[in-house]
Amino acid sequence: MNHWIIAPVVLPALMAAVIVLAMRHHQGLQRVFSLGSCAALVAIAIGLLLESASGRIGVYELGNWPAPFGIVLVLDRLSALMVLITAVLAFIVALYAIGSNWDARGHHFHALFQFQLMGIFGAFLTGDAFNLFVFFEVLLIASYGLMIHGGGRRRFRAGLQYVLYNLLGSTLFLFALGTLYAVTGTLNMADMAVRVAELPADDTALLRVGAMLLLLVFAIKAALLPLHFWLPETYAEAPAPVAALFAIMTKVGAYAVLRMYTLVFGPDVAVTEELVGPWFLVAALVTLAVGMIGVLGASKLGRLAAFSAIGSMGTLLIAISVFTPETTQAALYYMIHSTIAGAMMFLVVDMVRDRRGAVGDALTPAPTMAQHGLLAALFFAAAIASAGMPPLSGFIGKLLILDAVRASEDVWLIWAVILATTLVAVLGFAQAGSKIFWKTTEPVEAPSGDGPEQTASLPRLPLVATGALLAAAVLLSVLAGPVNDFLGATADQLYATEIYISGVLDAR
Amino acid sequence: MEFLVASAIGVLTAAGLYLVLRFRSFPVILGIAMLSYAVNVFLFATGRLAVNLPPVLRDGAAAYTDPLPQALVLTAIVISFGMTAVVVLLALGAFLSARTDEVDIGDDQEAGS
Repeated sequence: MNHWIIAPVVLPALMAAVIVLAMRHHQGLQRVFSLGSCAALVAIAIGLLLESASGRIGVYELGNWPAPFGIVLVLDRLSALMVLITAVLAFIVALYAIGSNWDARGHHFHALFQFQLMGIFGAFLTGDAFNLFVFFEVLLIASYGLMIHGGGRRRFRAGLQYVLYNLLGSTLFLFALGTLYAVTGTLNMADMAVRVAELPADDTALLRVGAMLLLLVFAIKAALLPLHFWLPETYAEAPAPVAALFAIMTKVGAYAVLRMYTLVFGPDVAVTEELVGPWFLVAALVTLAVGMIGVLGASKLGRLAAFSAIGSMGTLLIAISVFTPETTQAALYYMIHSTIAGAMMFLVVDMVRDRRGAVGDALTPAPTMAQHGLLAALFFAAAIASAGMPPLSGFIGKLLILDAVRASEDVWLIWAVILATTLVAVLGFAQAGSKIFWKTTEPVEAPSGDGPEQTASLPRLPLVATGALLAAAVLLSVLAGPVNDFLGATADQLYATEIYISGVLDAR
Repeated sequence: MEFLVASAIGVLTAAGLYLVLRFRSFPVILGIAMLSYAVNVFLFATGRLAVNLPPVLRDGAAAYTDPLPQALVLTAIVISFGMTAVVVLLALGAFLSARTDEVDIGDDQEAGS
């Protein structure tokens, strides 16, 4: 048994406890340990990815109970990939939080951050449906704390809505799991896949109900229309580093859909055939359209970033909803890209908000801010990445998706929506960018000689963190070939379910 | 027995849904609590209803009741208990900072203190 598989769950859990118990009054130590933990997680994640590249299914039996009797953690290419994305994003976000002093605006930022990471890693690694619920709760309860970090009237109320919405989602999740357990008598995903495939085709009403309920839960997490209402206000009001980390939270929903609806309710399973794909595709198309129209109509930069996150989830879910290895490969590439681009957008917006003072992120003319040109360039980069224009990875991602859906019968609909919304998004970003960066009013009379000093006193670390995300997007575009080779293998492994099932159930 | 359990779940869910759709945060939280009770009873019933049977296999037992849902319910109770505590505190914080306990956020001007 490879004990490293559980390290991404145990390390942040321990680190969070240590931070909150031993160094709660020492901001500097908290920062060092939090960053150190994130760096170690990146190293572990790279190791796990290399391990998974061999194609073997790594199984970690908790308490040494064999599946399906005990809970197992499963490491395959998909989960290793998701763990690596999360770890890299977490490291950069932690850098930004420290550099911009966000972590000092309230208590326990780093402890909650580590707990959140624990939940996300657990959700990606677990091979048990109920354990997935538990890790969802872990990541949610930490995100509740992070969401209201720093306080403030609007943030508190947006946080309340977010929590209530997700509590409803959790209740639904339990109903879904209960139904599935009542039908199949198991909660282990691999075992459930076997049982579902064996069910007689005329006795599946309850199973279908369970499968649909479960899809609704994941759709809430992935902000699929019409279950996206929690997202714009939450992402716009959350502290910037938290919003950037939340870029991976919607992907947890997308990941769960990919996992459950290829493995358990796969496209080849007779009982749930044609249950998911068609209307899921329509919902994803509408999500994309609403997201990008929201980008065009947003009156604040924060909401613009939130709606662009919805739009990118729409694009991602379109690719997922077709359920073929080729589209899944494209979806995975776009998933990496949209995590990076979404996080970058939130960080840039926060820097703009920070430097504009009282005007904040409203799309109204304001005096030229410090580091105006640099921020404009970063916003431009984030915008072309989010809209999917060349040369950044968004373009390659959308191209891959457009190419992969050619075999689908709805190809013209998908092409039309994706291309039209890209145009809308370009318009929206261009409009917002020109309002913020070009239509500036005369600077307020500052005491002479104050300008350069003010610029010099601004912290560098946030810019470094945002630059790191930009570098990641560039790297993803340059290395698109090798990355896609790996993603192709990932998608193939995902659809060859018998490898996963035998890997988990015959681990001994 | 089946009728009793099923209607209990149904009534709890209906009451919970009604309360969740209310305008102020206190009834909404009560509604969430109702829903979590409903789901606890529902989970308990997913192992099939069995009366006066031992929960695990032992020698000489002809039948048994499924122990797994009971473990699941225990987990669900603990989690929903914690979540309710969090949301109560959060609602209190939102009320104290905004001086209103409406769930809707509204505009800045309208909600201004």
